[in-house]
Amino acid sequence: MSRFQVVSGKGGTGKTTVAAALALALATAGKRTLLVEVEGRQGIAQLFETAPLPYEERKIAVAPGGGEVFALAIDPELALLDYLQMFYKLGGAGRALRKLGAIDFATTIAPGLRDVLLTGKTCEAVRRKDKAGRYAYDHVVMDAPPTGRITRFLGVNEEVAGLAKVGPIHHQAQAVMRTLKSRDTAVHLVSLLEEMPVQETVDGITELRAAKLPVGRVMVNMVRPEVLDEAALRRVRETPPRAALAKSLSAAGLGGARRGGGAERLVTPLLEQAGEYAERFALESGQREVLAGLDLPLHELPFLAGGLDLAGLYRLAKILRKQGVA
Amino acid sequence: MTLDDAAPEPLDETPPALGVDALLDDPGTRIVVCCGSGGVGKTTTAAALGLRAAERGRKVVVLTIDPARRLAQSMGIDELDNTPRRVPDIKGEGELHAMMLDMKRTFDEIVEAHADGERAAAILNNPFYQSLSAGFAGTQEYMAMEKLGQLRSREEWDLIVVDTPPSRSALDFLDAPKRLGSFLDGRLIRVLMAPAKVGGRAGMKFLNAGMSMMTGALGKLLGGQLLRDVQTFVAAMDTMFGGFRTRADATYRLLQAPGTAFLVVAAPERDALREAAYFVERLAAEDMPLAGLVLNRVHTSGAAQLSARRALAAAENLSEAGIVDLEDGKADRGDTGSGANSPAEQAGSDDPVPAAGATGTATEDQGSPAEGPSVDEITAGLLRLHAERMELLAREQHTRDRFAALHPEVAVTEVAALPGDVHDLDGLRTIGERLAASGAEEAAP
Repeated sequence: MSRFQVVSGKGGTGKTTVAAALALALATAGKRTLLVEVEGRQGIAQLFETAPLPYEERKIAVAPGGGEVFALAIDPELALLDYLQMFYKLGGAGRALRKLGAIDFATTIAPGLRDVLLTGKTCEAVRRKDKAGRYAYDHVVMDAPPTGRITRFLGVNEEVAGLAKVGPIHHQAQAVMRTLKSRDTAVHLVSLLEEMPVQETVDGITELRAAKLPVGRVMVNMVRPEVLDEAALRRVRETPPRAALAKSLSAAGLGGARRGGGAERLVTPLLEQAGEYAERFALESGQREVLAGLDLPLHELPFLAGGLDLAGLYRLAKILRKQGVA
Repeated sequence: MTLDDAAPEPLDETPPALGVDALLDDPGTRIVVCCGSGGVGKTTTAAALGLRAAERGRKVVVLTIDPARRLAQSMGIDELDNTPRRVPDIKGEGELHAMMLDMKRTFDEIVEAHADGERAAAILNNPFYQSLSAGFAGTQEYMAMEKLGQLRSREEWDLIVVDTPPSRSALDFLDAPKRLGSFLDGRLIRVLMAPAKVGGRAGMKFLNAGMSMMTGALGKLLGGQLLRDVQTFVAAMDTMFGGFRTRADATYRLLQAPGTAFLVVAAPERDALREAAYFVERLAAEDMPLAGLVLNRVHTSGAAQLSARRALAAAENLSEAGIVDLEDGKADRGDTGSGANSPAEQAGSDDPVPAAGATGTATEDQGSPAEGPSVDEITAGLLRLHAERMELLAREQHTRDRFAALHPEVAVTEVAALPGDVHDLDGLRTIGERLAASGAEEAAP
């Protein structure tokens, strides 16, 4: 199991949720995981129903079996100062840089440097060991930028290593790329059974592979349960037994079956809804085939009808464990 | 979340309806900006608005930032690029043009337009520039602003519809000019430029101790060669920076001007509406004119009189009747869905799947086929489907009510959900009609 697991996906597919569930799943059985947020949205705090996370590794959940999930919301500006302090002993100069607006420049204006800091800080946590030589975290899970940006985001250090051909930044960038391209890393993509997210997943995998970044799993999120099977759908679409349906509805206690009766008036809208369901069902089957054709481990997570809360998150983690991701 | 017994009741404080047609028809509307979190149909909304405006007689250009290929194809264009392309088969007098932002091309064009040949070449060949312009996080926002400014100043179109970048926060778009401004005003740029500009020992006199420590530190951090690249780049860009800034400021003011309308796009889901609320607040703080909220993918039901609870109870009745009469198990249910969380199960039925081979009250006289599900089974399925729909409706209503309570002043238009994606102009037209529908009702006498 890769120690560093990156979770990306098209916007709206629930990648933060899947990343959090994965961190929980990996922590089960006494393990320790770190869940990293890089987009400053405080989505993790919202999911775990805690106060906004500071720039500090902090325990946010206990997994079944005594495991622990820590979380870290990386603030690029503080990460940069951290770096300057830790690696380059630039304490005073760091403050001077800040006064000059250099920190602001580095983290917001100079595009790319922000990504360097975010990946760099995360990889540091992946590699960190305690005094006994054990890894500080068994697994690190990153709630990463969306599919459209993920390859560039993870590849930023390669670009930097090419730009800065010598010096500490060069070495740092190379070390990060080594971690990212190693077997220690897996990039998972979250999708829905809809055309655009699936297309983005397919494109994203092509890009990741071209950049020699290790693709992990495809996680299909918010899968709805099957309510009507194919035989039933065919029947209602081709030869809907309208009168019989009205009688059946009436027998179930929903009013009269005659024209204008309570049950009879339900037939048309219910058949319409079935038609919409059939269309979606066909579309989803097609998309499921596209994803299956990718030849990657495929996981399906159910749609949680009540909206997602902490209990739902634990349920998803359990499902992921059952499906063998941890 | 529990199963709501009754159909969602209309709110007392129903939000004002957003008149999309009035907005698009008003010759004073020159720019429409669609913003919102990812995955809510922002780009499709922008395209549908552009098409509708064009077919109502306006000359429109749609600037998309990161469209799905399928969307380009739906407008009859194989590949969108950095130049507006006219979309064929538009009805009426108007015109629709569409383009996709190409960051690098836009950046290159600025350099070519504002620097003489030699200087332009120096910039374009600078390694730092090449990385920067290829589109790290952030570049997209600047270039989107730049492109918008360009399109507006060409005065070729009377309406520009803009989609915003799928960034961390779509409002990075708004921050771009300010950041650029604070950078250009900052001392950092002078530090960076100093050595390349003055050069040599003579120049050092003008640098105070702090600054030389700075360049030293930067050199140590970046490596000397990269620092030189950055310095050369900054020096070469020096003359252009002023122009950048003027234009970025102008675009920012343009966005605040009366001719601009912001539309916040969302779906009736908790997270999307939370982001939408954030956008609404940010736009107000920046004095940006908000026209309203576009709520995509709203579900409806033609049988709203039947509550989820009653539908499920009825479905259970039918299934139980079927179990009693169980004859054989030939109907094969491929139960592929992960039903662990299906609302039907949570509602307390031990056997949410209708038993195989159920027969019931209504089968005999209809000559139901020997194979396949019975009518009662189908009815039970339809009822479960309906219950699911009603629960969805209740959840959507709940999130919308919450938004409306927090932001009662925001006009809303709701777009009914389509079962599939948009593939052609007709699909975009349908969305356009749905976008305009709620405002039209309001306007009717």
